[in-house]
Amino acid sequence: MRNPLRSEAEAFRFLIVVIAGAVIIVAAAYVDMWVGVAAALLVVAGVGAWVVGGPKPAPRVLVSGTPGMGHRVLLLANPGSSGVRGRLGDGVTEVVVVVPALASTLEALTGAVDDRRADAQATAHALAEELRGAGVQARGEVGADDRLLALEDALGTFGADEIVLVDADEKLLAEVRGRFALPVSRV
Amino acid sequence: MSAHAEPLGHAHEHEEHHGPPAPHYSSRINPSVLGMFLFIASEIMLFGSFFAAYFFVRVVNGVPWPTPPYHLPVYVAFINTCILVTSSFTVHWALHSIKRGNVWGLRAGLLLTFLMGLTFLITQGIEYSRIGFNTGNGAFATIFFCLTGLHGAHVFVGLSILAFMTIRAFRGHFSQEDHRGVEIGGIYWHFVDVMWIVVYMTVYIL
Repeated sequence: MRNPLRSEAEAFRFLIVVIAGAVIIVAAAYVDMWVGVAAALLVVAGVGAWVVGGPKPAPRVLVSGTPGMGHRVLLLANPGSSGVRGRLGDGVTEVVVVVPALASTLEALTGAVDDRRADAQATAHALAEELRGAGVQARGEVGADDRLLALEDALGTFGADEIVLVDADEKLLAEVRGRFALPVSRV
Repeated sequence: MSAHAEPLGHAHEHEEHHGPPAPHYSSRINPSVLGMFLFIASEIMLFGSFFAAYFFVRVVNGVPWPTPPYHLPVYVAFINTCILVTSSFTVHWALHSIKRGNVWGLRAGLLLTFLMGLTFLITQGIEYSRIGFNTGNGAFATIFFCLTGLHGAHVFVGLSILAFMTIRAFRGHFSQEDHRGVEIGGIYWHFVDVMWIVVYMTVYIL
């Protein structure tokens, strides 16, 4: 489906289509008003079909960006986690640490998530710092308040070779394995 | 990129974060996309309510359109339509120019667009003053002024946006890399143009 307001170019293209439709309606209405009404209905249907039947996005081709012998890890940690460097295997070259800002239902409903996000930010910062101190290229991110969603978001910008869960239970491990087509391990 | 992801530091570039954490957004939908959808929805409801009144007056109640002895200035409105449509081409040219680094093309395009928009609004005002009926002259007149007036209000808003865009363009605020302000204003102007074509077809032609 096309979004005519996605960009100026799309809006301009939509305008051109509408102008073309208007010309048809004016020509038909010049013959007779009811012919014009019929033409208007057809034009509206045509423009609607044009909007709905827009170009389908090309299927995403996943290409690993891992250079040479590198190994990229997406690390999901809970707020307050520490000491992850020793738990990661050798050969890890790049790590993105994602810490979800886990809020209670009440906090989520009232939007009082600043403290939770600050906790997550502090943990992500500390873990990334720890990994960098061990010579691993690392950065930290605050994730959504849902662990799976946080992973999904992070994978949108980071092509990981493996997902590592810190202190995860069996349920989360199974859920992550069920959602993502990547090796998943728990430390 | 997810809306809420906040890089905190890199191996080569690390900065301390100061102040409160960044605002939290749901990552299920991009905030700007959500905003645009809400805007479209509100506009559809706004114009839809006026068009619903128009169809009730004209189709359900069978009020003659235009009600004798009044006439609608179809040809003046047609010229006005041409002016407004042309202004969409000039704003498109302005954006195209700045994308190629042509600052003077941007300035000329925006200035022309503003002048044409202003001409449209002034012409509509003159049309109102000479049309021979007013909002109190029956349902036909009321709906005519409501629909064209609502659109005129949108043109006024668009002109205000264009005025700021033009001033900013002459002050050198836009560049080949940074011209989002022109893009957003251009989208709105095209939207106003499309709405006028719909209003013109409905009120003047059919």
